[in-house]
Amino acid sequence: MLKLEKRPSPSVFWGRATPVLAVALTMMAGSLMFAALGKNPFEAIRTIFWDPLFGEFAWYLRGQLLVKAGPLILIAVGLSLGFRAGIWNIGAEGQYIMGAICGAAVGLAAYPTESWLIFPVMVLAGAFGGWVWAMIPAILKTRFNTNEILVSLMLVYVAETVLAMASTGFLRNPDGAGFPGSRNFSSYPAAANPELIAGTGLHWGGVAALGAVVAAYVLLQRHILGFQIKLAGQAPRAARFAGVSPKRLVVMCLGIAGALAGLAGMFEVTGPAGQISIDFNSNYGFTAIIVAFLGRLNPVGILFAGLLMALTYIGGEMASTNLGLPSAAIQAFQGMLLFFLLACDLLTNFRIVPARKEVR
Amino acid sequence: MFGGIDPALLIASLMVASVPILLAATGELVVEKAGVLNLGVEGMMIMGAVCGFITAVVTGSPALGFLGGAAGGAGLSLLFALLTQVMQANQVASGLALTLFGLGLSSLLGQGYVGIKPPHTGAVPFGPLADIPFFGRVIFGHDPLVYLSVLAVAAVWIFLRNARGGLILRAVGESHEAAHALGYKVRRIRVLAILFGGAMAGLGGAYISLVRVPQWTDGITAGAGWIALAIVVFASWRPWRVLLGAWLFGGITVLQLNLQAAGSGIPVEYLSMSPYLITILVLVIMSSGRGRAALNAPASLGQNFHAAR
Amino acid sequence: MTAAETGAGDLLRIEGVTKAYPGVVANSDVSFAIAEGEVHALLGENGAGKSTLVKMIYGLVKPDAGRMIWRGAPFAPSQPSAARASGIAMVFQHFSLFEALNVAENVALGMETPPPMRELAARIRAVSEEYGLPLDPSRMVGDLSAGERQRVEIIRCLLQSPKLLIMDEPTSVLTPQEVEILFQTLRQLRSEGTSILYISHKLEEIRTLCDRATVLRRGKVVGACIPRDSTAREMAEMMVGATLTPPERRATEKGEVALGVSDLSVASPIPFGTSLKAISFTVARGEVLGIAGVAGNGQDELLLALNGELRVAPDRVRIHGKPVGDLGPTDRRRAGLVSAPEERLGHAAAPNMTLTENALLSGAVRQGLTARGFIDWRGTEAFAEKIIESFDVRTPGTHVAARALSGGNLQKFVVGRELLQSPEVIVINQPTWGVDAAAAAAIRQAILDCAAGGAAVVVISQDLDELLEIADSFAALNEGRLTKPRPVQGLTIDEIGLMMGGAHGMEVAHHAG
Repeated sequence: MLKLEKRPSPSVFWGRATPVLAVALTMMAGSLMFAALGKNPFEAIRTIFWDPLFGEFAWYLRGQLLVKAGPLILIAVGLSLGFRAGIWNIGAEGQYIMGAICGAAVGLAAYPTESWLIFPVMVLAGAFGGWVWAMIPAILKTRFNTNEILVSLMLVYVAETVLAMASTGFLRNPDGAGFPGSRNFSSYPAAANPELIAGTGLHWGGVAALGAVVAAYVLLQRHILGFQIKLAGQAPRAARFAGVSPKRLVVMCLGIAGALAGLAGMFEVTGPAGQISIDFNSNYGFTAIIVAFLGRLNPVGILFAGLLMALTYIGGEMASTNLGLPSAAIQAFQGMLLFFLLACDLLTNFRIVPARKEVR
Repeated sequence: MFGGIDPALLIASLMVASVPILLAATGELVVEKAGVLNLGVEGMMIMGAVCGFITAVVTGSPALGFLGGAAGGAGLSLLFALLTQVMQANQVASGLALTLFGLGLSSLLGQGYVGIKPPHTGAVPFGPLADIPFFGRVIFGHDPLVYLSVLAVAAVWIFLRNARGGLILRAVGESHEAAHALGYKVRRIRVLAILFGGAMAGLGGAYISLVRVPQWTDGITAGAGWIALAIVVFASWRPWRVLLGAWLFGGITVLQLNLQAAGSGIPVEYLSMSPYLITILVLVIMSSGRGRAALNAPASLGQNFHAAR
Repeated sequence: MTAAETGAGDLLRIEGVTKAYPGVVANSDVSFAIAEGEVHALLGENGAGKSTLVKMIYGLVKPDAGRMIWRGAPFAPSQPSAARASGIAMVFQHFSLFEALNVAENVALGMETPPPMRELAARIRAVSEEYGLPLDPSRMVGDLSAGERQRVEIIRCLLQSPKLLIMDEPTSVLTPQEVEILFQTLRQLRSEGTSILYISHKLEEIRTLCDRATVLRRGKVVGACIPRDSTAREMAEMMVGATLTPPERRATEKGEVALGVSDLSVASPIPFGTSLKAISFTVARGEVLGIAGVAGNGQDELLLALNGELRVAPDRVRIHGKPVGDLGPTDRRRAGLVSAPEERLGHAAAPNMTLTENALLSGAVRQGLTARGFIDWRGTEAFAEKIIESFDVRTPGTHVAARALSGGNLQKFVVGRELLQSPEVIVINQPTWGVDAAAAAAIRQAILDCAAGGAAVVVISQDLDELLEIADSFAALNEGRLTKPRPVQGLTIDEIGLMMGGAHGMEVAHHAG
């Protein structure tokens, strides 16, 4: 029999190694799942993880990597700060949608004016939209002690309804022959978020994501606020002893996460998605939760995790068209990854030792 | 504005509408009373919905379908038990993982079943009782699960209040250290509670896909699991208040659907977001007033237990 | 073979029992025997291995080697219920009551086959009257005082008519008067034939109560004695293994008032906590105020209200005359007040963070470890090293997690971190709780040195001997109220007991016993 023994200090080695181990285990378990679906597991794994980077269409797909990873990283960095502090904002999807709607609304209000000011104002509006949506759970938590998990999640459903209203109602393209969806930003240069370097897939959202990674890294490593965030998550009473105000932290963490999610939504809707439509959001807000954990709530880790998760999206689409692998399989695959990661985390704090033989 | 809505029909249908969240919330109540916070209710419900649906379609028996749904939910909750009770993983993160995984897996499993009609779940034959005016329709015209869900609340209430097992369960949720010191198997008790919660959530999910909707579509539970979690908070961890909360919520759902159908002046979007907004409102009311609801929460809720020495 | 050789006269024999945990041997080849109807003391410092040993007897921990013999037969309880079935009952020091459950439910949880609740309540009332331990079965345990909680545990044991009753540090939560009542109850039990294993590090108690004593040090049996025939000094030297010098104190002039508290009332933020009621006192520069009281009478709340974790009206708390009641911990540190809470892991220190990070935790403000919010990690590490060096903290380095340190070492680190910040006001709750004698002496000396250097010190402690040793003036907390501070010199133990609230209404009840 084996038993668990708590390590005196968390293991640094396993802290780094668990994500890799989790990915490897997920690939194995995923292979079994693909085989159960009647697909060749090796081919499936190759299609998902290898072909987008080095296969026949890699020249195009590599660019897609940044397109998908950008919003995931941007949202996950924001979420990771809150998760570290023990503030569970799981409504990033809603903040993402509201950011997109606010950003787009500002742009569409200015249509067809051409001015370099329009896009920066839209960026601010996007961040503001996400921030406001995140402030609802934040204020309810600080004022009324309401559970932020449930409130932020409920607001996702509300945001989805607002999105439906926007795309069929107040933001609908007046020239769109009554079809749902807003004007397309690709035909409105002052408000568009184009590819910055052709073929890379890099748009302003990717730049913002990189900036967020760097800023979060500095914050967590060198700044007292980052220290307070970590402290509050690990030992809430010690944080109060240190003089950290839990309420201020709730407002800060939810605010940052909301603003970043809002930014991601705004960049997405003006760039890759092109318009407000009823289903532009593609669950990035939820997948980012997996990204944040896979990156071990560490900004640099999240950068890699975001790229990996983007790869599974692209590879999953490839596998869906080429091998007929159901797209839900990739969603299950991503969920599985989070499971293995949480399970492997055990090794960071515990040692597995053979149970000593008991003497009676 | 209520013109054209029959009150007997409204009450009867609110009882039906509340069944899924009532079942799931009753299960989660037991889980939380044991000191475990399982946020994966949504995932377990949707697994129950798809497993129940498939079982019912394949066997042609709704009863087996419900069993299958319970098994599906319990199966997924076993993963949660493994993560949190054996692997010592964070309960919040594990619950989220359960939901994300459940949503993906259910849509994978349910692929071939979209657009199929499940076998019909009949009403309990009460004979002449069903013909009593008003009450006949309100009380005696339902399928077995409606009665089962209310019975489950009663059973949980009696169990927690009077049974020795219930006392031990509450003790484990209050202080796992103390329970361990007295020699109770904290982990085993918690795993059992988690499995019960999973089965109840699965049953609730199966009710959605077999009775309430009844068909299979991706994401069919549409947040019902989260609402069940909110109802446990609303109920301050008391079984009868879970029933009240579920009926209130069921009432709002039915009312807004009826209003939509009746073509009231309120835009459809506002009506369809109303259940979520009202849930938030209720949460705010329950948790304010110097955290009164929180005072009733089991003291070790959400904390993992590792017997160090 | 004679009866002594087979152990026939003994209720329980422990033979060569060994138990090791990673990095520490808790018990090594421990042997002793408890006779029928005796009160046997297990004496030792914190960390000597007493708790591990009794957990083995109670079935919570299995020995690695050695055996136990219960009434002549080998005994290896696999779990507490097996031990209870054999007739062993235990009163725990911590962690065995459920605050949100009522007395009867708590008692039922400690029994194998409890009778129906109504009958159980009647039996609780009967037993509590018989032994002079008044208790209402329907009350919520969270609302009970520490002494009353102990009664719940004792009654839970007595209802099972045990052959052996284990008591782990029972008097640490009692006033002197309550201790006397407890001893009467225990003597009554002994006269009825029950053996008692009495674990303590308080020598005078053992001398008054116990028939025989076994002394443990670092997991080994280092001696045995008849307490009545030994002096406290002899036993202390056996227990500690060295002669200890009491802390030295220089006579200091009392300066002007540094900390002033007036009419401080605040509700407890802790569930089932004690609210503070109209607390007033002052502490001058160079003065040590000792605040005694049984656990749970508002000690934690008082510390929180003084260090700023709990905010009150501005003029309720003054530092050098400046109102600070509405300021948080950071601003109070800036004003010169440092504090060390009772709970080391989780409150005073973050368990998973390194010692460097823990040095930053409360040292950032007064040590100037941040500039415009950016952390000076090098300076922080130097501060951590200084603490480790000045306070002789045994650790491989500053990079280890706080949880890896032993209790005594971590306490030295935490106290050192506060005392090294050249504070003007120091508030410490339980400075030497669970710390071995040498470390405790070092900590007390450091506190006295700070006072000699002109700091005003408030020491909150449940250890009366400690307070009498280091305090200039003495006050007691009782149900959230503080008595008027009095000079320590000339105080008798009875007066102290009365200040602490006497026996909480138990005197009358024990006339029968």
